[in-house]
Amino acid sequence: MTENLNLWLIPILPLIGAAINGLFGRRFSKPIVSAVALFFSGAAFALVLRVWSQFSSLPLPHYEFLAHWIRYGNFMVNFEFYLDQLTMLMLLVVTGVGFLIHIYSIGYMWEDASYYRFFSYLNLFMFFMLTLVLAGNYLQMFIGWEGVGLASYLLIGFWFTKDSAASAGKKAFIVNRIGDFGFLIALFLMVKHFGSLNFSEVFEKVGPLPVETVGVGLLTSIGLLLMLGACGKSAQIPLYVWLPDAMEGPTPVSALIHAATMVTAGVYMVSRSHVIFDHAPTALTVVAIIGTLTAFFAATIGIAQTDIKKVLAYSTVSQLGYMFMACGVAAYSAGIFHLMTHAFFKGLLFLGAGSVIHAVGGNQDMRYMGGLRKYIPITFWTMTVATLAIAGIFPFAGFFSKDEILWRAFQVNKVYWAIGLFSAFLTAFYMSRLWFMTFTGEYRGDQLQPARDPDGDSQNHAADVHGHSHDSAGHNSHGHDSHGHGDPHESPWVMTVPLMILALLSLVGGFIPVEHFLEPVFANGEAAAVETANHGLEFTLQIISVSVAGLGIFLAYLLYMRRRDLPQKIANGLGSFYQTVAHKYYIDEIYAALIVKPLVEGSTDILWHGVDQGVIDAAVNDSAVGARHASDAARHMQSGNLRSYAGWVAAGGAIVIGYMIWMGVSR
Amino acid sequence: MVPLSYYLILSGILFSCGVLGFLIKRNIITIFMSIELMLNGVNLSFVAFAAHWQHLSGQIFVFFVMVVAAAEAAVGLAIIIAVYRTRETLDVDQVNLLKL
Repeated sequence: MTENLNLWLIPILPLIGAAINGLFGRRFSKPIVSAVALFFSGAAFALVLRVWSQFSSLPLPHYEFLAHWIRYGNFMVNFEFYLDQLTMLMLLVVTGVGFLIHIYSIGYMWEDASYYRFFSYLNLFMFFMLTLVLAGNYLQMFIGWEGVGLASYLLIGFWFTKDSAASAGKKAFIVNRIGDFGFLIALFLMVKHFGSLNFSEVFEKVGPLPVETVGVGLLTSIGLLLMLGACGKSAQIPLYVWLPDAMEGPTPVSALIHAATMVTAGVYMVSRSHVIFDHAPTALTVVAIIGTLTAFFAATIGIAQTDIKKVLAYSTVSQLGYMFMACGVAAYSAGIFHLMTHAFFKGLLFLGAGSVIHAVGGNQDMRYMGGLRKYIPITFWTMTVATLAIAGIFPFAGFFSKDEILWRAFQVNKVYWAIGLFSAFLTAFYMSRLWFMTFTGEYRGDQLQPARDPDGDSQNHAADVHGHSHDSAGHNSHGHDSHGHGDPHESPWVMTVPLMILALLSLVGGFIPVEHFLEPVFANGEAAAVETANHGLEFTLQIISVSVAGLGIFLAYLLYMRRRDLPQKIANGLGSFYQTVAHKYYIDEIYAALIVKPLVEGSTDILWHGVDQGVIDAAVNDSAVGARHASDAARHMQSGNLRSYAGWVAAGGAIVIGYMIWMGVSR
Repeated sequence: MVPLSYYLILSGILFSCGVLGFLIKRNIITIFMSIELMLNGVNLSFVAFAAHWQHLSGQIFVFFVMVVAAAEAAVGLAIIIAVYRTRETLDVDQVNLLKL
């Protein structure tokens, strides 16, 4: 330890901000609330920048001890901070993007009655996310891990008067709980077998262990359990279902938590634990398969969604799948690289979508957008950059990171590559579809009225409820009535400036040499792969993926620009298959039937009516009733009749004497 | 010589008669007499045992019992007379002013 950077200040600052706004924000005016929130998140960002400026002179990994926490025999957990290249990158992304989204939120949430509450939660989220990223041991990471889950729950259910938002929050929390269970068991295993949760100590003990090539040994179990945790937090199959529903939250939240930072915690955790995964190839294979399948599966769902935020949500799930695919082929730095670029362009896409929704007065259904290009030019241009970035067009950020992942996947297993490539095609297609439906053609907002009929189909309904709730929750964009909303209008500058900064980052983010930067962290596991790189082949693959992305865009152009009648015909032609995709493969329904329903019914019939009412309550009630009956019988002994008492005494005496005589006789 | 068991059986019969009278009679005087009967039943067993074991303590106990019984009779009869003066009855079921 050469120098004390006071790393603890970085997470603590947003916590102070959260406390101030949470406790006193009700009495503050909106500018003061904004100033507090911005100051504390900005101060965290400034501190991160300060650390960054000294970064090159630090001996890495840099470790800082703050306080003892748990001491039990030889087992010890401290509050400690761990800083290496990976942490640094995550810090920059979290505080940087987080700060931008704070700025954006000022504009987006200005009309909301619970303005202070929003910023309090947002700062709270920053605190937990920074704790997660800076943690020096798994338990501290787990605090952050749970904390971001809490913040996510609070923010998804921010408009809690709306039923769907409240249940979406609960869904996110409960689904995450399944993953947390895996994470926690993995922690227990570490404590049991390594006697420590500290990163360096665990990795030191894992280092000399043999690589578990066959069977499910200790490290494979830990890896798989950690992956279960990551699946929950990062919305991978089979636990991805909460993320699309999480779009019930305010759009800046979707951008910050459900696209840029929190959902990438799983990727971070897997990369951080790469020593364990390097020793457990089976677990890595599972990671790669889950990632690949999720990337593909979510992309197909994204095609048929009409809610602009739902498209982005499935796209996020799909992109997270790419990151896990990268981790699964031991290309952690590529995964983290994609994490960073994804934070830029997906954050931008969500903020842009927020700006669009803001512009059209709360409607989220893309079928009633269109032609917005001329109304909201800044949003249009920034969204265009983001769309090209996510589609993987050179030289935008997504191209570099996605290509790196595909290239590394190609080296390990061509099946991953092929599915990844096809998913890239789908990504390009559905993102361009979103782009064409939103920005080109004629504005269709005036057709919205009929669709607001409460009898509209379920998809409209989702958007509907949202629109109404804006009014009821006091979130009414700029005081416009969402029904009688006039022409779409550009957002205020507090919203467009973050868009432009993120657009710039999406444009140049790909040129940041992240992988080189991260090399020291992942050195052991990755060195071999980098050496064998064949640049000619890599170039060919790049050409292929760009052309595939181009094809996707062209197809979307064809269907949603040239021949607008075609999509409907194709949908009708595909019939039930289209319906299946549009209803997200009925996964929610299947989960409801297979897991939720048996759980609810089992809880009702067995646990509630059976165990609780039948055993626990019954034990209490029946013993009370039994006592009453017994007393009822016994109370007749106390009649107040003196001679009956005497009779009892005599009877008792007779019994005692009889007993004694009997004993005497039998002896 | 009369065996001990004869005395004990007679003592038991006396005591049981006393108990029975105490339980079924309503007149206070009769109840009182039943109590005396029980005491005397016990006394009989005491002396029988004393004679059987050639031991004095049994007889001494009988004197104690007699003293207590005499005192009890004096106090009890005084109470009975007092009750009769105020209530003009000797039926115990009528003497229930203190009952709830």
